[in-house]
Amino acid sequence: MKIERPAMAGTLESSDCQVTVEEGEGKVELTLESAVINQFGNQIRKVTLETLHNLGIDDVRITIVDKGALDCTIKARIEGAVYRSLGQKEHLPWGGAIR
Amino acid sequence: MINAVGREIPEEILELTGKEVFHGNHYFDGYEYKKDGPNTRCVINSNGSKLVDSIHDVLVKCGIRDGMTLGFHHHFREGDYIVNMVMEEVHKMGIRDITICASSLGKAHDPIVPYIEDGTITNIQSSGVRGKIGEAISTGKLKGLAIMRSHGGRVRAIETGETRIDIAFIGTPTCDDYGNCRGIGGKSDCGVLSYAMVDGDYADKVVAITDCLVPFPNFPAHISMTKVDYVVVVDAIGDPKKIATGAAKPTTDQRKLMMAEYCTQFVVNSPYFKDGFSYQTGVGGASIASTISLAKIMKERGIRMRFGVGGLTKPMCDLLINDQVDCLLDTQDFDLSAVESVKNLKHFRISAGEYADPFNKGAVVNKLDFVILAALEVDVHFNCNVVVGSDGMITGAQGGHPDTAAGAKCSIVIAPLLQGRIPAICTDVTTVTTPGESVDVVITDYGIAINPRRQDLIEAMKDVDLPFKTIEELRDIAYSITGEPEKVQFGDRVVGIIESRDGTIMDVVREIKPFEFRED
Repeated sequence: MKIERPAMAGTLESSDCQVTVEEGEGKVELTLESAVINQFGNQIRKVTLETLHNLGIDDVRITIVDKGALDCTIKARIEGAVYRSLGQKEHLPWGGAIR
Repeated sequence: MINAVGREIPEEILELTGKEVFHGNHYFDGYEYKKDGPNTRCVINSNGSKLVDSIHDVLVKCGIRDGMTLGFHHHFREGDYIVNMVMEEVHKMGIRDITICASSLGKAHDPIVPYIEDGTITNIQSSGVRGKIGEAISTGKLKGLAIMRSHGGRVRAIETGETRIDIAFIGTPTCDDYGNCRGIGGKSDCGVLSYAMVDGDYADKVVAITDCLVPFPNFPAHISMTKVDYVVVVDAIGDPKKIATGAAKPTTDQRKLMMAEYCTQFVVNSPYFKDGFSYQTGVGGASIASTISLAKIMKERGIRMRFGVGGLTKPMCDLLINDQVDCLLDTQDFDLSAVESVKNLKHFRISAGEYADPFNKGAVVNKLDFVILAALEVDVHFNCNVVVGSDGMITGAQGGHPDTAAGAKCSIVIAPLLQGRIPAICTDVTTVTTPGESVDVVITDYGIAINPRRQDLIEAMKDVDLPFKTIEELRDIAYSITGEPEKVQFGDRVVGIIESRDGTIMDVVREIKPFEFRED
């Protein structure tokens, strides 16, 4: 699935992250800025790609500005941004694409 | 070569510095040596004055030239103007290849970074660095090697002649025209001049810089006219608001309060908590809170402290006001209450050498029962890191951490298990600053670990109701929340060394590399 409208979720508070999704160019393109990139950069990328995969998104430009968020937070913010972009506010797939 | 804390110290660094690797805390116990001494230019003629018009003129009189070592102290903390003022003039004069030997450097000194980049400053010796200087060193901009040494270690380096200070600049809150310096009074009151005393004793040229000239004699002098060559009066030596802040409000952070309570309970249940005990603590929220709660229990049980040491803050000085301690030994004042307390007759100023130097005939730290410390990281070997951030950037200072931890009978480190996503308890610290053999207890918000080297403390605590865990259990809890952190990607070049108190090499700091994703 493709992201067509830009959307954002999260904040720049400590232990949170701000996720922006925008229209991609046929693939997943990640830009990551993180306070803990040296220790967790690869892990954050892994969580991001897995989360997008679960949501069925394969065409997106995703930007994450991370302030030391845990994996669960990063995942939730990505899901938030994606569903906002899709305009879906109800009937979210709890237990399905959102695990 | 692998040292006693398991760190690989490259041969070329050992050759370059002529140093040995760290062999353990007591390797040099009983070592004999002859102390170094300053070149002294006698003043016999009574017509002279020591007043010089400007920093420029005093640099000329002192014979400033390329390659010199300049000494500075950090009693003005983040309010210091002296380092920038002197280095700006040195730079203007086109002098190059300067070594700065400071008791510490902070964010106040960000303006000297361009002088590092252009080769005016090529070596830095300091307790540590923060802010932009730390970034400059970690990204390889300093041509030479940064040496991080503890407060006691700096005195040792100067006394042994390993570091020779050509010109020391002593910012002093009050001074007379003949060079009697006092840390008390004036506009930039910092209380004491402890870290500068060794500069007064060993630098070839000693320059007092003040913004409050007082009539002779400025007695009792903290640094005597007998050691001072020149006096310069400037408009301001520091920003009083940043030198001594108002007393920090006791923390309301529940996590810190809980760690403080664990700490106090550990202290009062240990065998050293009895009438006449001694105690030092830092300025962190949890340390301050534990001093406050300890004072309450001391009162309830009728236990007096014999002496307190610091790095002093209001809660320590309150012990003196409330007659709960016989005396305070002071190397630095962190707030206005501490500065004010210096006037108390039982509040004694001590030099950095008396405080912590391992190469004199015995320092105060050796007489400590308890020291309460903080750390950026503690590993499962109880090694602590207080200098290099988990991201690999130099961002802190050794201070008296390794000195007090080595000296005290019970060294307690308080660290929240997590700082954001960074686990404070880890498998291996990024850089070792204080060896695990010095660290007895680690207190976190998730539990307390006693160093297995201290079976006596483990035995003493066996019926105490506190959440004891092994250090490995604490690390595992941390990693279960954050995930296991990867090692920072360092380059090959060594940009700094962490010197042990005795001058051996505890660890090296390497140039930081920009992060790259792993190929997979």
